[in-house]
Amino acid sequence: MVAQLVSLKLTLLRNSLKRSPWQLVGLIIGGLYGLGVLAMTLVGLAALGAGEPELIGTVLTLAGAALVLGWLIIPVVAAGLDMTLDPARFTTYAIPMKSMLTGLLLGSFIGIPGAITLLASLGTAIAWWRHPLAALVALLCGVLGAVTCIVASRAITAASTSLASSRRFKDASGIVLLVPLMFMGPIISGVSSGVGDFKEYLPALAQTVSWTPLGAVWSVPAAVAAGSYGAAGLKLLIAVASIAALTWIWRACLSRALVTPAFAGGGRKAGGKLGFFNWFPATPTGAVAARCLTYWFRDPRYSAGLLIAPLLPLIFVFAGSQAASETGGTQSLGIALGLGGALAAYLVVWSISSDISYDNTAFALHIATGVSGTADRSGRALAAAVLALPLGILYAVIGAVLAHDLGQLLATVGLVLGVVGSGLGLASVFSARFTMAVPLPGESPMKTRPGNGLSSVFIQMSGFVGLGVLVLPELILAIVAMVTGQLLYAWLALAVGIILGAVFLVVGIRKGAAVFNQRAPELLLAVSVDR
Amino acid sequence: MSNSFEQAKDTGLPPALSIRGLTKHFGNKVAVDGIDLDVPAGSFYGLVGPNGAGKTTSLSMATGLLRPDAGQVWVHGVDVWSHPLESKRLMGLLPDGVRLFDRLSGEQLVSYAGLLRGMDKDTVTARVKDLLSALDLSKDAGTLVVDYSAGMTKKIALAAALIHAPKLLVLDEPFESVDPVSAANIRDILHDYVNTGGTVIVSSHVMDLVQRMCDHVAVIAGGRVLAAGTVDEVRGSQSLEEKFVDLVGGRKENTGLSWLRNS
Repeated sequence: MVAQLVSLKLTLLRNSLKRSPWQLVGLIIGGLYGLGVLAMTLVGLAALGAGEPELIGTVLTLAGAALVLGWLIIPVVAAGLDMTLDPARFTTYAIPMKSMLTGLLLGSFIGIPGAITLLASLGTAIAWWRHPLAALVALLCGVLGAVTCIVASRAITAASTSLASSRRFKDASGIVLLVPLMFMGPIISGVSSGVGDFKEYLPALAQTVSWTPLGAVWSVPAAVAAGSYGAAGLKLLIAVASIAALTWIWRACLSRALVTPAFAGGGRKAGGKLGFFNWFPATPTGAVAARCLTYWFRDPRYSAGLLIAPLLPLIFVFAGSQAASETGGTQSLGIALGLGGALAAYLVVWSISSDISYDNTAFALHIATGVSGTADRSGRALAAAVLALPLGILYAVIGAVLAHDLGQLLATVGLVLGVVGSGLGLASVFSARFTMAVPLPGESPMKTRPGNGLSSVFIQMSGFVGLGVLVLPELILAIVAMVTGQLLYAWLALAVGIILGAVFLVVGIRKGAAVFNQRAPELLLAVSVDR
Repeated sequence: MSNSFEQAKDTGLPPALSIRGLTKHFGNKVAVDGIDLDVPAGSFYGLVGPNGAGKTTSLSMATGLLRPDAGQVWVHGVDVWSHPLESKRLMGLLPDGVRLFDRLSGEQLVSYAGLLRGMDKDTVTARVKDLLSALDLSKDAGTLVVDYSAGMTKKIALAAALIHAPKLLVLDEPFESVDPVSAANIRDILHDYVNTGGTVIVSSHVMDLVQRMCDHVAVIAGGRVLAAGTVDEVRGSQSLEEKFVDLVGGRKENTGLSWLRNS
């Protein structure tokens, strides 16, 4: 049975390659990348072997713990990294739990992340080339370590699907984990600037980690090399016990998942709350706007963007604050926030360029009801504007206050208005003309879909460049105003932003509506390919 | 088919749905191969056929969702593809295999369908309430559609198709995964609707259901109409299911799986 499960995984891999040559290209690129990482790791390990045993132990323990942590976190973020052998699909076949677990475990090593992890873990033996006994122990511990990684990721996937199979949890977890990822850059730069003090702290950290389930397995060879066999035995015990505990969790959650349906909804709710539908006029345009605004808050694919957009200027601030500490004063901080506001507004308005792809086949309702292109386009634009305008203007105001500069306020508000108007106009044409491969309704916002990846990137790029051209006049005026400090240019930036924004908005919605009326059935056909 | 034309002549009205030479290719595959069909006004019309016969493709083209390669469609005399707005006002549509805006609550979704059609708010509110209670969804009106069961999802989609009181209802597999009580309620609603002058087209592959429920039927296979007319005309002395199997073929004549016998 174990052999069948493993060969099933191989067959699935082979068949997926037959489906499209691009899958093969993807596998080859992924494989080359993996091999590169592996080769670098092995060379690094061999070089490390020249160092003192304590250093080797510290590095291996910390790196190993990070590896286990990665296997724990990534599957949750990516919502099922590799679910080729989804246990739920085996529900109807009476497979003994033991064979199932072994089969899934071994199957996980077929695939690039699993195989690389296994090889790199075995490779830790290379670092102990000057200590043969430790190297031998490292081989065994490498296997145990790789197994820990796989079992840990399987356990947490099973736990997160069975303990909280509610849709609300799934929606939230993907978004919440996005935030730390966004701040990864600033965090890393902060950490590395403080790495001087950090260096002395690392051995102590490794010492602590080596007694936890994360690091125990990786620190056994170091203990052997140091001659403290008692500690080595104890750590090995911790390692084996953690694998046993993780397996137990995995098994418990899996057997629960196999008898409960994959999906459990919330409670029943009586009606009476129309939400945003009460805010907008009862016209087709108002209804589209209300529906889109509801989606901005309820659909994680939109709300992820809505969460990122306000945080983006803050990342600018990081860069700005470093410059500020050199020049002194809050002026550069203010400028960074003011310009960041325009970027945040851009992010929100440009999201609607793939609106119809996000609708997927639910878009059929718009065709069946014969809603006009104008109502569809302007409703979607209205919802995005309701979010983007206050966001952009808020940052423009905060930035201007920090910079004590009236001219900057006028200029950045003009820029925000220009970006929102032109962006919505351009996006309205784009979303009527192009469909893109986006995560399907209900999927994680982090998921990237195979398929027309290259053309999607091309469309996005041309949209970005196109918008850059459209807002160029007010952008130049705003920069001139901020550099020279003359109010005349600031007023000009405001006026040009309002006028061009309004013009491009109207032209874009009209053009988009015309394309929409002509191509609505073709759009539906294009999105129904992905479902 | 002759019967349909006669009926059209009798009442002097154009048929509720009239299809001529409808054709669709996907790549090299012919999905729909020149279909002609007339659905008389006031009929309860069943569309039956095996899987992959072209039912859904034909209905999508007839309702303006999928552009045909060739052919024409009229709804109560209005050309669907040259006058889309007028024709869509006459039609209510329950497509199969299509998502809904499922992050809306049931109540929001049906209201949305009404508002998109430009109906005024008071009418929409009143009709949504009536529809939800008729389809036994009042208690779940505020639940998001994504949390509905498959049967409830069908029912809420039906409500969205009925909100503007269309003259023609096109329902693709309306009874799939709907429980028997709800199915009976839906049938009552549909019969009422036909008795007061509406026209219903349902596609299904449950022959018994079509024989009991519909007064007209068309058998589609391989993208062609094999037979069409009143149910009694089409089935003759046989049951509809027997006639269907005769027309479509594909029954296995051998003795089946000998090892599966338990005695």
